[in-house]
Amino acid sequence: MQVSIDDQTVFTYTGGRAFAHDAPVVVLIHGAGHDHSVWNLLARRLAHHGFAVLAPDLPGHGRTAGLALASIESLTAWVGRFVDAAGVTRANLIGHSMGSLIALQFAADQGERVDKLVLVGSVAPMPVAKLLLDAAHDDRDAAHAMINQWSYSPGAQLGRSASPGLHLPNVNLRLMERQAPGVLATDLGACNAYTEGLAAAARISARTAMICGACDQMTPPRAAKPLLQALVNARGGARMITLDGAGHAIMAEAPEALAGAVEGFLATA
Amino acid sequence: MSANPPFHPETLALHAGQSPEPNHRSRATPIHFTTSHVFDSADQAASLFNLETPGHVYARISNPTNAVLEERIAALEDGVAAIAVASGQAALHLAITTLMGAGSHIVASHALYGGSHNLLSYTLPRFGITTTFVDPRRPDAWREAIRPETRLLFGESICNPGLEVLDIPTIATIAHEHRLPLLVDATLVTPYLQQPLRLGADLVMHSATKFLGGHGVAVGGLVVDGGRFDWAQSGLFPTLTEPYEGFHGMRFVDESPITAFALRARREGLRDFGACLSPMNAFQILQGVETLPLRMQAHVANTLRIAEFLATEALVERVAYPGLPDHPDHALARQLLPHGAGAVLSFELKGGRASGRTFIDALRLFSHLANVGDAKSLVIHPASTTHFRMSAQDLTLAGISEDTVRLSIGLEHGADLIDDLKRGLQAVSRLLKR
Repeated sequence: MQVSIDDQTVFTYTGGRAFAHDAPVVVLIHGAGHDHSVWNLLARRLAHHGFAVLAPDLPGHGRTAGLALASIESLTAWVGRFVDAAGVTRANLIGHSMGSLIALQFAADQGERVDKLVLVGSVAPMPVAKLLLDAAHDDRDAAHAMINQWSYSPGAQLGRSASPGLHLPNVNLRLMERQAPGVLATDLGACNAYTEGLAAAARISARTAMICGACDQMTPPRAAKPLLQALVNARGGARMITLDGAGHAIMAEAPEALAGAVEGFLATA
Repeated sequence: MSANPPFHPETLALHAGQSPEPNHRSRATPIHFTTSHVFDSADQAASLFNLETPGHVYARISNPTNAVLEERIAALEDGVAAIAVASGQAALHLAITTLMGAGSHIVASHALYGGSHNLLSYTLPRFGITTTFVDPRRPDAWREAIRPETRLLFGESICNPGLEVLDIPTIATIAHEHRLPLLVDATLVTPYLQQPLRLGADLVMHSATKFLGGHGVAVGGLVVDGGRFDWAQSGLFPTLTEPYEGFHGMRFVDESPITAFALRARREGLRDFGACLSPMNAFQILQGVETLPLRMQAHVANTLRIAEFLATEALVERVAYPGLPDHPDHALARQLLPHGAGAVLSFELKGGRASGRTFIDALRLFSHLANVGDAKSLVIHPASTTHFRMSAQDLTLAGISEDTVRLSIGLEHGADLIDDLKRGLQAVSRLLKR
């Protein structure tokens, strides 16, 4: 599906079937250095089970042209224009890592447009190690190696892909390499600089689920507690779903468990 | 806090793609001898078929034992995915048919395994896919042979049996200048000696029957997707970028720009052509892969010793082994194959075909058979066996003469192998004195 913002085409994956304008909408927002394809299994699952799916490549990522945006706030504004351009008035928002911060801020700013909110692999604030920030600027290969090591659970480092024949750590490396120079550094800088997460969480009126991998080293479950508490105390309320054995790359490592958790949550009244 | 270095090949060869299975905690990879897998529910069945949920459905498409082999080789090759198939020939066929159809064209090295040469020369033209063969050592020849309908460049890391070394970085650059991928047959080098994807190749294929298995008991093949080639940007591969009616209009690059090739190869190629690998063969090949690094070190050490021995023998006209300083590709081999130039060499005996026959018949340790890459040493006369369908001109182009003898050096003690070769040379000496 092609959506245009300011005469710029946004590549948008719809889960392998045409966008159904009469179905409840799910917007999937990818994380730093990634594109829509991290969602392909979940997007297909939702698109074939009653939802209309929009999984855009954020500006400067994947097949969407332009420069990567330098702040969570500007990315949030862009998502607003994206859903406007797609003709969507209300949606469920699901974001991973950096994408979760965008979803969080969007749900705080435009709560009337959000049915449910799912934050996958999320903490707020989301400080990024200086070592990684510097590497993202100066030595992309080193940055990618760090991300891979901290994104996959110990077992998945050597691979044991649920998808036959795929070596997931290398898929992630190639996906990050595919992005233009500077994109990862910009993304990580946006995560690091975003300090409004807990304040945004307090304003959330949508029911929220946080989904984390028990072996996540990037956004470990214990670090998610302040955000969870803020969301629990917010009007929408929140719950945490922990997926055993999974790391930060939850969509790749535990696709079936993630789909079950998301579908179960979206099905709640 | 910094990232640990990536795992070394010795570790990947033992562990990549497998963890103790959850039901019985088997340390070894179990052989999943089953044609099919039970669905949890009707919904899960539909979800598996529709690629919403990963997993195994039917053994022609995937199998848990095969998946370990596939992921292990993908990891060793620095690829994103691998697909195990019934043979090396099936791997080559799968790679080609995933990328192109009738009206397409391939540029290939003229120094290829005879079976590959047959497929490209005689069989694929019947299906509308033609090939121009070029001298692998002449970059200009590759460039000049590319046409608007070309869809693939193809060569062997070390050509068989002429032992030319493919200049992968140079040929990959030519391919990429034309928005084309380079496929490399890395059978003779294995990922322990060379990772073509790190040198610029886009796809790698193996006859796993050879050094990957190493034991000569199982036929199999693999195709590895490097994940770096941008199929969408190339615009030359509608099989990957246009809707595929055979899978509900799926655009494979939309599903995954990184694994689009592997996705189509499995979902169409294995499904429709059906050249799947038996899980027993996958298990046997995995047993070989576990010791690949140790074996390749020993293979290479033995081979260099034997090449140096043959080079000093008066009855030997010429030895072709890139590990020898007088080989025309020696410098390139040192650059691209720093751990060794493989374990296959060829040489020419004085006295023509009769000498070759006498030599081979006199050997006791070397097995006379049509294979390479066994733990046991092997010998063959290519002109009358593996390459016998090639014309005299094609044989010359492939670096094969009536006198060429090919050796695949095994893991026996080097001194015993040299004694055996001396036995063969003595028989030739007696023949020539008659």
